Amino acid sequence: MATSIMFTRISLILTLLFVLPVLAAQPLYQPLGQAASDLSDKPEWNLTISPDGEALPPGSGNAAQGKQLFEQHCVACHGFGAIGGSAMPLVGELGSLSGEYPEKTVNSFWPYATTLFDYIRRSMPPSAPYSLNSNEIYALCAYILSQDGIIETDVELNAVTLPQVTMPNRNGFSATYPQ
Amino acid sequence: MKKAPLESRRQFLQYTALSGAFAGFSLPLLAAQSSVDYRDILPESMTKAGDSFSNYGQPSPYESKIIRWISANPDMPGNGASWSPLHELQGSITPNGLHFERHHNGVPDIDPARHTLLIDGLVEKPLSFSVEALERYPMQSRICFIECGGNSNSSWRSRPIETAAGYAHGLVSNAEWTGIPLKYLLQEAGIQSKAKWVIAEGADGASLNVSIPLKKLLDDAILALYQNGERLRPENGYPLRLVLPGWEGITNVKWLRQLRLTDEPAMTRDETAQYTDLMPDGTARQFSFEMEAKSLITSPSHGMKLPDNPGIYQLTGLAWSGRGKITRVEVSSDGGASWVDAELQQPILSKAFTRFSLPWQWQGQYAMLQSRATDETGYVQPSRKQLLANRGRHGFFHFNALVSWEVSEDGYLYHVYPD
Repeated sequence: MATSIMFTRISLILTLLFVLPVLAAQPLYQPLGQAASDLSDKPEWNLTISPDGEALPPGSGNAAQGKQLFEQHCVACHGFGAIGGSAMPLVGELGSLSGEYPEKTVNSFWPYATTLFDYIRRSMPPSAPYSLNSNEIYALCAYILSQDGIIETDVELNAVTLPQVTMPNRNGFSATYPQ
Repeated sequence: MKKAPLESRRQFLQYTALSGAFAGFSLPLLAAQSSVDYRDILPESMTKAGDSFSNYGQPSPYESKIIRWISANPDMPGNGASWSPLHELQGSITPNGLHFERHHNGVPDIDPARHTLLIDGLVEKPLSFSVEALERYPMQSRICFIECGGNSNSSWRSRPIETAAGYAHGLVSNAEWTGIPLKYLLQEAGIQSKAKWVIAEGADGASLNVSIPLKKLLDDAILALYQNGERLRPENGYPLRLVLPGWEGITNVKWLRQLRLTDEPAMTRDETAQYTDLMPDGTARQFSFEMEAKSLITSPSHGMKLPDNPGIYQLTGLAWSGRGKITRVEVSSDGGASWVDAELQQPILSKAFTRFSLPWQWQGQYAMLQSRATDETGYVQPSRKQLLANRGRHGFFHFNALVSWEVSEDGYLYHVYPD
């Protein structure tokens, strides 16, 4: 009697564990994700800067400060005046995109100024990403953008003003997804 | 398996040109030797003990020239690519040590015990996962290609590059990826209805970030831990990477640390400044994720010489499509004037390399070899002329046109543009 009950129980458990999931084609697994709301608020998990600029940090910088920083950290690869070297040119060539020799610089091609802050912080200089502080990054953005008159040379870029910058090629992209 | 009509295959082969295949053959008389010293007449390898076992096997030293070709910026050696030697390989699986690489700031050293994947943003509850926890989830395996959006980019230039097939077109490789269907993890976190995009970020020295449509991650995307049966190689994303079958390499984020669900793309550098396709009118195609059907003959190809004239050669190559299965590969030896169906080797898998082959009788005449792939959507790989007519000359990314090898009368192969 006891054996029979146990057998029924085992059958039931086996049915629940193996047969039903197979019939339903549902994977059976233990959810192992840990609650992580605390991480989501931390700066190291909020690196991406969207065009709305929501995640931009405090701080500010202008073109004059940026020029000095550029000559210290960037000229070796991007050249004096950011016209290019072993790395890409960052300025000039506005209006070249539909011509015979298009040049995709930050100022001629990039649709959002917020992307510049995002990319410098995470990637530049390549030997020491995240070594520049927020004031320095705002200043470098100001220097590059002011080279082609996208902003005036005396503008202080910060979390409010950077997302307000309108890039010349803002409307130059067409999404092919979804097709 | 698709077979070519017999008549056209015959024409292509020109069997009748074969001559003198077999000479007379008879058993040699055994010499009446009383004592043979086999050490004098057998290969040396048969007369002594071989090398001992190895904990991790390496290719034969005689294959030491079969390597990835590295092209990087000397001022920034971690920013560049290494090209898979497709012209030296057979079958359809790329060995792990020869899978192409594209890094934006080098290969990071990541201890899996200290690595965390965070899924947050527009979810019901943000979740973090250790690699140890992820190992307990149900896994699936998927054989598929990954192709860099910049593969074959030298073909946009006005003159054909004279380099080996793999070193111009080998930013594509094919592997069996094993991991967790992303939808399991996203569903565990709970997807808010506003979520449309996912910002994926890597834990490398570029913190590479791109925006991916949520729909793709819920479809066939895998969080891969294994590559061809073993843990991911460091250069291919160890310990975690995204595999998005059929989609541009940049979206297959390596060293994955975060997936943040959002309602809009983030417009990162690698989805605006790069990996967008400049059109003749100065606008650029953005989020051009799908890699369209493509093929090339890997042997014979640039840099090889046909040793016999006349001779029979086994033309072979690879075809793949980001939209599904390859249904047909045609081969031409006259620059596209006439085409013959190649044989497709099994298995023919969706969004994976398909190996094709066709024997070719060469009789010392000038030839131009091309292959042309068709996928199950009916899409036909374009000629270079057609591609440039549609996309202009400055697209830089997504070059998928026919590749042409010229065979000179003395049997040398060169890369050419037919028009």
